[in-house]
Amino acid sequence: MSDEPTLVKCLVWDLDNTLWRGTLLEDPEVDLPEEIRRTIVELDARGILQSVASKNDHDHAWERLEALGIAEYFVLPQIGWHAKSQSVKEIAGQLNFAMKTIAFIDDQPAERAEVTHHHGEVRCYDAEQATALTGLPEFSPAAVTVDAARRRSMYQAGFRRTAERESFSGPDEEFLRSLELVMEIAPADEENLSRVEELTLRTSQMNATGVHYSDADLRALLADPEHEVLTVTLTDRFGPHGAVGVLLLGYHEQFWHLKLLATSCRVVSFGAGSVLLNWLISEAARAGVHLAADFRRTDRNRMMDIAYRFAGFTDDSCDCLATLDDDSAADRAGIEFRHLVAEPRPAPTTMRVAATALTPARGASA
Amino acid sequence: MTTMNPGIDAAGVEKQLIAFLAERTGAEPAPEQDLFDAGLVSSMFAMQLVVHLEDEYDIEIVGPELSMDNFRSVRAMSALVLRLRDSEGEGESDREI
Repeated sequence: MSDEPTLVKCLVWDLDNTLWRGTLLEDPEVDLPEEIRRTIVELDARGILQSVASKNDHDHAWERLEALGIAEYFVLPQIGWHAKSQSVKEIAGQLNFAMKTIAFIDDQPAERAEVTHHHGEVRCYDAEQATALTGLPEFSPAAVTVDAARRRSMYQAGFRRTAERESFSGPDEEFLRSLELVMEIAPADEENLSRVEELTLRTSQMNATGVHYSDADLRALLADPEHEVLTVTLTDRFGPHGAVGVLLLGYHEQFWHLKLLATSCRVVSFGAGSVLLNWLISEAARAGVHLAADFRRTDRNRMMDIAYRFAGFTDDSCDCLATLDDDSAADRAGIEFRHLVAEPRPAPTTMRVAATALTPARGASA
Repeated sequence: MTTMNPGIDAAGVEKQLIAFLAERTGAEPAPEQDLFDAGLVSSMFAMQLVVHLEDEYDIEIVGPELSMDNFRSVRAMSALVLRLRDSEGEGESDREI
């Protein structure tokens, strides 16, 4: 499960002699090879975001991209005269992506070296490799989903939200309410399972254990009455955010075992994680069970640690944990429990939660 | 031995935290105002609060200290900062088991 290649989440293109043939300053009519256009469209369909880092006059280069009919494919284009390492940093920062998920393609070895010097984890490619990228494993997500194909437009809607947020002067809660957020929590089915797998592969900051569940792992658990796989989607007045979270729950007599909780970093600032946790806590309270969440520290998931602690989970021991059978107790390699005695939580004030009540198969486990 | 940094007292920390929160949220909280009731805190903001306190006051906030009650108000955060600075000033670091 951990051998999966780190997928590229955003490819940053140089323009002159990489994306298009020629140098814009010398030839205003630079053209776009058909196979490059196909590559851009294909990567977009796979849900890989694309951006631009080019040393050119911004308006001039952007006009050319528009004339070529491909401007819409690029998010956060960095066209100017600053160092490309700076452009890459800006793009990664605004997307909230780790450097190891960024790729950079440029025909100039010096530009690639400059980016590598500052950001050793960024994968760099020579322009000659452009049309071969779609054949590389790091550009080939196992599952191409509905959300993948819409990812770019979801991010673009996200940037519009951010712009609106920056122009909004009231307190955060009022802004969130103005978005008319609706969180839907539903049992996973065959159709949305692939979204779930993609989410656990793509989110590292907000994965409570750093364990990646494969499609097969989760598919096997779908049919298991002792487990519940839930997917979380979020919508607001700007449109859908798509699948933004996944939970894997193991039902036990005295407690529910939260084995996986991963949420998309796109929705963290909406407080989606705490809304989700509070909903689950209320469900557990209704069922009269404790909650025990798996947690394993990784170098990227401190936010999850804080989210569990703030929600009231502790590392105190409890008798309920002793009832976990040996089978599940083994092979917990470094994974700790975060335990909570569930009590009903108030409904969130910032969004509406639409969820089906959890109904564990009673007596399924001893 | 305790060497008091003149900038670090309850009133000073509270004042700094109120300014920090006002800048980040656009609303100036009262020292005892419940920040979570006001809906000002998401997981990301909680994380920013934790990291801000750690960097600004040279402390480490881990384990049970990360409880929401320690961050519920400006006053609670200020008390947490002073308590953690005190315990570090004694030259003792409690190792987590």
